[in-house]
Amino acid sequence: MEELSLHILDVAENSITAGARCVQIAVREDLPSDTLEIEITDDGQGMDAATCRQSLDPFFTSRTVRRVGLGLPMFREAARRAGGELTVTSAPGRGTQVRVIFQHSHIDRQPLGDMQTTLVTLIVGHPEVRFRFRHRKDGHEVALDTADLETAEALSAHDAAGRARWVRNHLRTVYRHL
Amino acid sequence: MPNIKIEDLARIQEQVRHTTLLREGAGRAKITVHMGTCGISAGARKVMDALLKVFEERDIKDIILTTSGCAGLCSREPMATVEIAGQAPVKYVDLTDTKIREIFERHVMGGKVVTEYALAYGSERTH
Repeated sequence: MEELSLHILDVAENSITAGARCVQIAVREDLPSDTLEIEITDDGQGMDAATCRQSLDPFFTSRTVRRVGLGLPMFREAARRAGGELTVTSAPGRGTQVRVIFQHSHIDRQPLGDMQTTLVTLIVGHPEVRFRFRHRKDGHEVALDTADLETAEALSAHDAAGRARWVRNHLRTVYRHL
Repeated sequence: MPNIKIEDLARIQEQVRHTTLLREGAGRAKITVHMGTCGISAGARKVMDALLKVFEERDIKDIILTTSGCAGLCSREPMATVEIAGQAPVKYVDLTDTKIREIFERHVMGGKVVTEYALAYGSERTH
């Protein structure tokens, strides 16, 4: 995977497979402390301690839980290559949180990439799931919550084509300030 | 955020129910882009994005577009499944943005399976 937004899409798709009704994605860029932090939190079925450990083992796979395989190990490698780390916190029935931190200026840190297409793909592909997205950079913040009154109304009034167009336009507008 | 009135909630609920219905059964076709780790690293998001752009350009309303996990054939990703109501689902493999546009045109709109991009065509004939 050549950009972080693809890893985010991968983790979020796993959250949905794990039965999440709400997926929160937070990106924080803090230049003074030279960190980039990504947090994906879901309210899916969660994992017990053993499965949680195994989810970081590339040679473990379970077709029932699905939050396993190469996804998280590759994301962790991407973090470690850039002076960072990935941690998974989870409990059965309590959802899962994947937290990844990078050295922002590290030469091997992958770019965040096309976050907008990741969000459009998630929101259009899963209209039944609530997505809360926040991207903070040096005191400025971009936010999108599909359950916000205005957003929910705009999204519910459209079919897939209309939703895609609305999310794209909305993100383009809010990202102008970041 | 403005204050939410009960009428607003009722209206939104009705709209969501409507779109969910469309999603669950009323579409004349459904396209599923497989978004496992394998699919995503092979370019599934580009395939999805190409489809979304076709949907936007043509203002497609009666086709369901969704994503799902790994389809089990990681070496043939990106993959997508096309289901036309009343017909057998077709799995397409080794996709690119150009191929999915062609599949949309020929299969979803034109009704003809694009056999050269399909995983398999016909089955079990031994002679």
